Amino acid sequence: MISYEPFISLRDVHKSFDDVEVLKGISMDVAKGEAVCVIGPSGSGKSTLLRCINALVPITSGSIKVKSIEVNDPKLNKIELRKTVGMVFQQYNLFPHKTALQNIMMAPIQVLGQNKEEVQERAYKLMAKVRLEGKEHFYPGQLSGGQQQRVAIARSLAMMPEAMLFDEVTGALDPETKKEVLLTIQELAEEGMTCIVVSHEMGFAREVSNCVYFTDHGVIVEFGPPDEFFKNPKDPRTKEFLSQIL
Amino acid sequence: MLDASKVKIAEDFSKMISNKKIGVFLFLSIALSIFCGECIAAGSEKSGVMETVLKWFPLIFTGFLLNLLVSVASMTIGTIAGVFLGITQMSQIWAFKKIARLLTQFFRNSPWLVLVFYTILVIPFEIKLFHYVVPFPSWIKATIGLSLPVMANMSEIVRGGVQSVPIGQWESAESLAFSRFKTMWLIIIPQCFKRMIPPWMNLYAILTTASPLISLVGINDALTLTRAALEAEGGRIDLLLPMYASLLIMFFIYCYPIAVWTVRLEKRYAEKI
Repeated sequence: MISYEPFISLRDVHKSFDDVEVLKGISMDVAKGEAVCVIGPSGSGKSTLLRCINALVPITSGSIKVKSIEVNDPKLNKIELRKTVGMVFQQYNLFPHKTALQNIMMAPIQVLGQNKEEVQERAYKLMAKVRLEGKEHFYPGQLSGGQQQRVAIARSLAMMPEAMLFDEVTGALDPETKKEVLLTIQELAEEGMTCIVVSHEMGFAREVSNCVYFTDHGVIVEFGPPDEFFKNPKDPRTKEFLSQIL
Repeated sequence: MLDASKVKIAEDFSKMISNKKIGVFLFLSIALSIFCGECIAAGSEKSGVMETVLKWFPLIFTGFLLNLLVSVASMTIGTIAGVFLGITQMSQIWAFKKIARLLTQFFRNSPWLVLVFYTILVIPFEIKLFHYVVPFPSWIKATIGLSLPVMANMSEIVRGGVQSVPIGQWESAESLAFSRFKTMWLIIIPQCFKRMIPPWMNLYAILTTASPLISLVGINDALTLTRAALEAEGGRIDLLLPMYASLLIMFFIYCYPIAVWTVRLEKRYAEKI
């Protein structure tokens, strides 16, 4: 399933907020169909990394390529990029004044100008895919955190992206509801969706991902296939982090 | 929905009248002013105070209707202009943002009366469009004058409302490829709309109570007519307090239900957040 042509490719990415350098030269390749986990202590720049990939924050220097789109380009076609890469946030960020179904349908209709009936049909299918049949007409406030997060995933999928970015999507959830969300992401990864998952869920990283990256202080300290990475971490910083968290 | 809210206003109004404290206060103030007037009038052979107040009431009430017309019109203009000015305050284009902020601050910090004087002087009394002459009566000029501070205050209400929406809403909209314009109108404004209603109503009540300012530029509003009536009665001192009291009561009866309703809405929205 995995081809070796990188689908998302980062080269020496630097990002500073004023005087603080958050990313200090990140390079990574994610192949089409690959699921990658990024772990690391808070403040290590994981979320910023994801935000840079879909151009929510501009990078200071370096290159990010998604498919054939160069993100660090002043003439970047943001709509094209965001059709290609979907993103899900820790705080769900559903639109509270719209029902679950409307949340899913809004962007394809309003941004891409797609046919309403087609989009609606797709939205119902997506609700079923994230196991929320029957909740289509609920408002976000009437849904649990895990349910809201799954609607948020469905909302991103409605744009039919080729890759998905997950930014600590289970960070605000209790253990019970976490499972449902992780299962949804796992299914997506198994279907061949290219995924970059920033997470503290080590079990998930071990079982689902093809590759684990450990970041600390804005650099990638170590990366490798999950079996190798968790059994024989090489860098002392990785060892320390894993011993604290496992 | 609309009927329901009308019923509510009516309920509020009847509650207000039945509210003991306020009822007693109203009654006492009217009684006191009439008593003062009657005492002063007692020695002379002039007609009774109550009788005179009632005689002039229909005329003053027509002036009061003009006050309401001016307040509603300037509220409408000010609200529409204020929404656009408020949104421009958050523009990403530096020059637009600065100009909008400057205009907002300027008109928010100017005395309303001076603005009314200013527009009266600046706007000509008629404008020639091709062969037509469009007249600009004073009350329209005053309406425009009052709509300026309303616009500036509305601008700040909009800015506050938009900024009360969490930043995550912007981020997720952006990640779904929404443009800034669409994010604002389809996602942000609908969310803060409710929160902007109470301060907007408050602004309207303040505007209405400030509307007698237009009497100072020679418009026949309730205050001008009250003064004219007093003059017509030969400047009787005994009439001063009762006549002005009846004017105050007119405004109070109109504005108080708005205040009650505003507080109720504020409470209801506060519970939801």
